[in-house]
Amino acid sequence: MSFEIIFFFFIAVLSVGSALFMITRLNPMKSVLFLIVNFFCLAILYLTLGAQFIAIIEILVYAGAIMVLFLFVIMLLNLGDESRLVEKKSYKRLLALPAALILLIEIIIGLRIPAEPLTLPPIAAQMGSVEYIGKALYTEYVFPFEVTSLLLLSAIVGVIVLAKKRSG
Amino acid sequence: MSMNLTAVPLGFYLVLSAVLFTIGVLGVLTRRNAIVVFMCIELMLNSVNLTLVAFSAFSGTIVGQILVFFVMAVAAAEAAVGLAIIIALFRNKQTVNIDEINIMKW
Repeated sequence: MSFEIIFFFFIAVLSVGSALFMITRLNPMKSVLFLIVNFFCLAILYLTLGAQFIAIIEILVYAGAIMVLFLFVIMLLNLGDESRLVEKKSYKRLLALPAALILLIEIIIGLRIPAEPLTLPPIAAQMGSVEYIGKALYTEYVFPFEVTSLLLLSAIVGVIVLAKKRSG
Repeated sequence: MSMNLTAVPLGFYLVLSAVLFTIGVLGVLTRRNAIVVFMCIELMLNSVNLTLVAFSAFSGTIVGQILVFFVMAVAAAEAAVGLAIIIALFRNKQTVNIDEINIMKW
């Protein structure tokens, strides 16, 4: 087993463990902190895949901005612990079976993909750099990029309308 | 900085992504705190992002990473709007328990 595989398994176990802790902690504050651990693990995996820009954005935008927003809302609402995870409706449990089956099928298919040796062009190592992503974003994908700004603008307006106090 | 992409097979990344996605689905189905449900949705989005980046790296193209960029923009907008909805709900109902929020049911 090479060092890369061992490192991958270490990060994978860490990320799956933090995800499991996230959905089992009753205190939403602890859930947020475990989710941030998960995001850092994913950022490291992006780095191993050569996607430096995405890894930095993952930490800046997800762990930095979005999760701070979550923390802010949790502190603002001052929620206590969620009561025990007792299911009142049992039909939700039935959904666990198809979900588990889908996961099993995905795992089987995923492990059957042969590890064929890759002959990447020398450009591939820098493919995830800011330079390449920026060039692609501002030339080939400039229209979706502009549409994203519209999306963010509408989100800003919508958030202000939703969160504003009704003034009668 | 030379990355040895062949060391870890593509399937490993896909399996990890599937496991993380399923954990997110599990959280959405079992948790009752609306904020935690939102966090599980973020987890699912991130697991899909991992798939996209893995495919992007193993196919030698940049398209997957561009798509991840847009997914992150949508996720940021979605988190902001969702949390605003949760705040508005809390202001009206004094709870974020999704079992008690059923004003859309009839």
